[in-house]
Amino acid sequence: MVDLIKKAKELIETSAVKVVIGYEEGTGNKTRALFVEKTEDADRLIFDSRCVQNLAAYITKKEIKDKGKMAIAATLPVMRSIIQLASEFQVNDSNLLVLGITPESKLVEFANLVEVETFVHQYQIEIDARNKEMLDKLEKMTQPERWKFWIDELAPCFKCYACRAACPMCYCSRCTVDFNQPQWIPVASTELGNLEWHLMRAIHLTGRCIDCDACYNACPLSIPINLLTKKMLLDAKEHFGGYQPALKGDHLMSTYKPDDKENFIQ
Amino acid sequence: MNIDKRLVRKDSLEKLFDILKQNSKKIYAPVTKNGKTTFRDTASFSLVSTGYIQTTESSKDISFPRTEKLLDYSKNKEGMSVKGIDLKDIPEVILWGIRPCDAIGIGELGSIFNWDYKDEIYNNRSSKVTVFGFSCNKSDEYCFCTSVGGNPGNTEGSDILFTRMGEDGDYIAEILTEKGQAVAEIASGIFERLETADKEKFLADVPVKFNHNEISEKLDKFFESKEWVDQSLRCLGCGACAYVCPTCACFDIEDEAHGKNGSRVRCWDSCGFSHFTVHTSGHNPRDVQSARWRQRIMHKFSYMPERLSVYGCTGCGRCSRACPVDMNILEHLISIQEVTV
Repeated sequence: MVDLIKKAKELIETSAVKVVIGYEEGTGNKTRALFVEKTEDADRLIFDSRCVQNLAAYITKKEIKDKGKMAIAATLPVMRSIIQLASEFQVNDSNLLVLGITPESKLVEFANLVEVETFVHQYQIEIDARNKEMLDKLEKMTQPERWKFWIDELAPCFKCYACRAACPMCYCSRCTVDFNQPQWIPVASTELGNLEWHLMRAIHLTGRCIDCDACYNACPLSIPINLLTKKMLLDAKEHFGGYQPALKGDHLMSTYKPDDKENFIQ
Repeated sequence: MNIDKRLVRKDSLEKLFDILKQNSKKIYAPVTKNGKTTFRDTASFSLVSTGYIQTTESSKDISFPRTEKLLDYSKNKEGMSVKGIDLKDIPEVILWGIRPCDAIGIGELGSIFNWDYKDEIYNNRSSKVTVFGFSCNKSDEYCFCTSVGGNPGNTEGSDILFTRMGEDGDYIAEILTEKGQAVAEIASGIFERLETADKEKFLADVPVKFNHNEISEKLDKFFESKEWVDQSLRCLGCGACAYVCPTCACFDIEDEAHGKNGSRVRCWDSCGFSHFTVHTSGHNPRDVQSARWRQRIMHKFSYMPERLSVYGCTGCGRCSRACPVDMNILEHLISIQEVTV
């Protein structure tokens, strides 16, 4: 991507940013994250359909943040993640510059996050047909069938937490599962332990997950955990009128209003 | 004992499986789910996967389970009563279809569990496993067994090693140990006489990519290298590499309490996790990912050779295949070899 390389070089040369986060060619026909700190490294930047890792996972990472102002090559899911992170006060205009990559693979520059938000809002979050079909299938199952489905699917999980690590929204320096006094979630990879972990994760991501599939793509055992967050996204749409990350948005699951229409909460 | 080389016809493999099952043997074999191949307690030969270069997970789960109960406890008026697990309950199993790079890993893992304290539970589980290794006639760009002293037809760690003679051929079965012999006797008709056979020509070609002695020597003076920071920038600090590794042995001991009763369990852990080394004071001696990545490489290529005289890496390449961000251990070892200190 010539435009991106040119822009990255310019940003580093003029010290506008300290690091540009993008993709480079990896091994085994995979692509991977590249952190450009010197102009000559910018030539390694690439962009194509294999570049699906959500790079927003890096912008809250201490090792990257400590370098100084960052620029990031951001596809639509990455931009959505950035807006959500900004609304949670994790990034702002002073530490992040977004180099947008449109769904048509064109570079688009933004002066600030408000412009990124405007761009992102042109697109609705749509669940793809294959996963939609799977969710419909799950919906039609009886409760015991659905229970069996999830027990079976989650059984191989050995809790490597690659799903958590790859998710831009899982930025807590200490996750609930890492507490043992008290122990909220069992450490053990057992039927109950796995179920509790994945349900807890899905609940923590409701109204925050932008449906990028990073968790599923990261899972070394290809467990379809993204179906849980997708289901929560659909439920949020049904009960709360949809979800679109917004800089000054109401946080879907953590907002309390005294005049809530549900009286159980009052 | 002398290695007994036998012929096992391709159609006899299923018969062998069935005979062992009829003799109430528990067989852990590679099974594929969601496109990933892992070892499972397998009831039928039809479920057993073939054609994989390497399974997604290693077989270490059999002797070092991801979650393992060590004891049960209960508190009462008199104090505390504790009941350890009964080693007699640990079953005899056959581990079917593991690659030579996993079989050699059994010894490497065992050396950790016997370094100073002899881990009774691990040793008991391990002693009850009969290993049916299958040589590799295919490899991929992540394989590097030959760089760490192994090879695609290595017999070390297997009780019986099967080598397929060509894509659709019969098998050479090398009966390597008394344990292997005992199992072979159950199905003696399957193991036919073999005149001559040279297994070498059927093995995958895995070129040597680095010199492991050189790497170990270099690591002695490499602790402060900037290379660790450069390599680990994209590492997200998950435990995928450690959990698929045949020799990673780190664990965490947890109490699972239910009121006054509970169990003490041993669970896998990983040096890649940020909280792995956090002290009770809050201080973390490995507070950045580069220090944790360094630990992973140093442990396998410096500390283990020094203390246990074995490498902590079998060249199976699983960590590189499983990594969600393409941390490729082979690539990183080569760059350690090339970079000037």
